[in-house]
Amino acid sequence: MTRRTHGTPPPRATLSEFASPAPVAGEMTEFDQDNESDYTVVVISSDLSEAKKPEARILRDLRRCGYRNETTFAIKLTLEEAMTNAVKHGNRGDRSKRVTISYSITPERAIFCICDEGPGFDPDEVPDPTSPERLPLPDGRGIMLMRAYMDELYFRKRGREVYFMKRRS
Amino acid sequence: MPEEKDKSHLTTNKSGPVTVVEFSDRKILDELSISEIGDELGDLVVRNPGIQLLLNFRNVEHLSSAALGMLITLNKNITAKNGTLKLSDITPQIYEVFKITRLNEVFDIHDTAEHAAKAF
Repeated sequence: MTRRTHGTPPPRATLSEFASPAPVAGEMTEFDQDNESDYTVVVISSDLSEAKKPEARILRDLRRCGYRNETTFAIKLTLEEAMTNAVKHGNRGDRSKRVTISYSITPERAIFCICDEGPGFDPDEVPDPTSPERLPLPDGRGIMLMRAYMDELYFRKRGREVYFMKRRS
Repeated sequence: MPEEKDKSHLTTNKSGPVTVVEFSDRKILDELSISEIGDELGDLVVRNPGIQLLLNFRNVEHLSSAALGMLITLNKNITAKNGTLKLSDITPQIYEVFKITRLNEVFDIHDTAEHAAKAF
């Protein structure tokens, strides 16, 4: 696990620097407008036990910034779903491939970007897991839960990168 | 006299015809341990056709979609062997996960283990 903690990034070097190509019109969010925040980058190999490691520090930061239990629950769940997707479905468990987690937590909001090195996927093609024919199936609920719990969530790089943001209150 | 059996992730008690299973650790229902838990529960179902299984969530503070998948598979396997699965003591936070995914319509969920046990 490699960790780099950044101070104030240079102009435009916000969390969005990890996203390329540049966001299309209408996709600009707080990620892109927030130039003043500290952010942390953690790089791990594609392993679920590795994927758990950044979590303790993130949860500590959330507590320190006064996030309520409900909000922390939502972030923890989304983070786990995103990490599982990156390791299992994105990198398909190939340990030579990495997962990069970039995050910034302030008393106002928590922003995350999880990027894998897999072939990507089309998020619009993911079927609705609550449809009558899919409800009895055991998988396919991760993205739905992530979307339900976050204030903002979107995919880039053909699905290899997911951004999400949760406001503290 | 209830018979108690400790496994790595689960505590199993027999209360009359109902097998009551609790999770031993508050943080277990993540992707890492979920397949082991699924295996343990699957084993229990195979060894006890027609099982009346009550899963008590009182120790569970968190879960993921992998846990939901495990519960769906478990429910299917229990039903295939003429058994019944009920869930109880789910915190409001976790119940919300069931609601979002509409799995509250799939599982028989009760407020308390006592209510669930009476409903078999």
